[in-house]
Amino acid sequence: MKIIVCVKQVPDTNEVKIDPVKGTLIRDGIPSILNPDDANALEEALALKDKYTDVKVTVLTMGPPQAEEILRECLAMGADDVILLSDRAFAGADTWATSNTIAAAIRKIGEYDIVFAGRQAIDGDTAQVGPQIAERIGIPQVSYVQNFKIDGDEIIVQRQLEDGHEVIKVKKPVLLTAIKELNEPRYISMKGIFNAYKKSITTWTLSDLDIEKHQVGLDASPTNVLRSFTPEPKGKGIIIKGTVEEMVEKLVVNLSKKNVI
Amino acid sequence: MKFTKEQELARKAVREFAEKELSPIAGDIDKTGKIPEELFDKLARYNYLSVCIPSEYGGAGGDYMSYVITVEELSKKCASTALYVSGTSSLFCWPILKFGTEEQKQKYAVPMAKGEKIGCFALTEPGAGSDAAAQQTTAVLEDEHYVLNGTKCFITLGAIADIAIVFAMTDKSKGLRGISAFIVDTKSQGFSVGKNEEKMGIKGTVTSELIFENVKVPKENLIGKEGQGFKIAMATLDGGRLGIAAQALGIAQGAMDETVKYLKERQQFGRTLEKFQGIQWMIADMETKINAARLLVYNTASQKDLNLPAGKESAMAKLYAAEVAMDVTTKAVQLHGGYGYTKDYPVERMMRDAKITEIYEGTSQVQKMVIAQNVLK
Repeated sequence: MKIIVCVKQVPDTNEVKIDPVKGTLIRDGIPSILNPDDANALEEALALKDKYTDVKVTVLTMGPPQAEEILRECLAMGADDVILLSDRAFAGADTWATSNTIAAAIRKIGEYDIVFAGRQAIDGDTAQVGPQIAERIGIPQVSYVQNFKIDGDEIIVQRQLEDGHEVIKVKKPVLLTAIKELNEPRYISMKGIFNAYKKSITTWTLSDLDIEKHQVGLDASPTNVLRSFTPEPKGKGIIIKGTVEEMVEKLVVNLSKKNVI
Repeated sequence: MKFTKEQELARKAVREFAEKELSPIAGDIDKTGKIPEELFDKLARYNYLSVCIPSEYGGAGGDYMSYVITVEELSKKCASTALYVSGTSSLFCWPILKFGTEEQKQKYAVPMAKGEKIGCFALTEPGAGSDAAAQQTTAVLEDEHYVLNGTKCFITLGAIADIAIVFAMTDKSKGLRGISAFIVDTKSQGFSVGKNEEKMGIKGTVTSELIFENVKVPKENLIGKEGQGFKIAMATLDGGRLGIAAQALGIAQGAMDETVKYLKERQQFGRTLEKFQGIQWMIADMETKINAARLLVYNTASQKDLNLPAGKESAMAKLYAAEVAMDVTTKAVQLHGGYGYTKDYPVERMMRDAKITEIYEGTSQVQKMVIAQNVLK
């Protein structure tokens, strides 16, 4: 069974600060991490590799050359192969252009049974790239996967909804997006670390893919960010004290002053 | 200090592990006196037990720098857990890997490196502490077996070990050249565990008396040759000291991290404690000492990775890092005030854990003997 896992290197948002003037993320000196949902996607693929003998896990990412760091982490966790899609032409891509590029890479890889992706990346929170990839390569998709099992040729997944879940039976090939409830990602083993740096990383540029320059990067991105800003913090709440009657009266007066009622 | 990509990733990996797996339970480990079985299994599964053991012998195949980084990061959160790691890599496996036969390595070192078996290092006796040559335990060759008799004490993990590295006199007339080293299966008849010590710190590791009454050890379990035991013990401890130095460094850093957090939260006289100059000066001293200790520890690891002699360096690193651990943890308790003296904060545990680093695997006074001997030779 051949599995492709799509991952993204993201800034550790626990450490990120916002530039108060420009309203953009200050990325300097912020550690980069494997996007958390993507770690769940990789874990599910690696768990299949632990369980069955003929599973091959290929990890795919698009990013600048330093995205190699998270690919090394993926190798250390147990991935067989890693591919970095890196080219100046890919830069500035929105989800549309990103999924175009990744889909082209998946077509180049050719054979696959399952494509795993994380639900969304913590830096953009769009949750669009996974589903878009499935559309572009023309395979079924199930998002928000919280449970996964293989039953012969079929895959049975639970898809998390706000107030419950769906149980869906799908055939391979399929694209699944993982959420954190799916599993607990493994830690990185020491042996994995020392082996990871002995392996080579495949890098594909624009010329390696069957795709044109106008279909990738900033030029192919129909959306662009005009402005980003930090919402004003909400003021302190008010605690109304007194007897029930007094509190209700104060509440009603306050609400009507603010034209709520 | 410049690290390789592997070493940086090793630190990131172990730091995350320690944060998630050790922080929440380090206090319980101290209270219950043992680490959970699942935790030991994880140390084994992720090869943290065997960072610098070659991969052909069940280890991760890494370097000494990654090993000290691992011990340091684990010790920041739980010194007891770190002792399983440093013990396995150094005291239990190393003497077999360095001096043992291929068969001994496969049969005993590999399962310990993989965490399938637990080891212990039995050198100390009631009358042979710093004066390790004063061994009373005897080993007499009878046909195909050595027969061991005697008592060992203060043996870390002795009560739960499957395999013991035991030192005993094969020829009393030769003094320290009459000591030999053996691999003993603790299921052997005549082997028993005496009392378990009630210790001040590192309570997550059991420390026990081991009793040998006519324990038959197969001839092929002699490590090296008869009479090489003292040399094997001293060479093993030279390496073991690096692990304890890294443990002491980690304890100090862990106490520092807790203290910084506390100083930023705690308010007195209308401001947080961090704003007081008297406290800032203490922090500056603590930070400087921790970093000096760190450089000694990393320098020793780097010497070992370059295959350069590191006996003196190990002793200096352990001597200094242990003193710093004691000093910094004591100050950490002081800076926490009354709260620091309670079990509501981890610094009191760290202070108790720090003390042992000045004592085991050679007291600070023995380290000074080693350093001076090296300088004056």
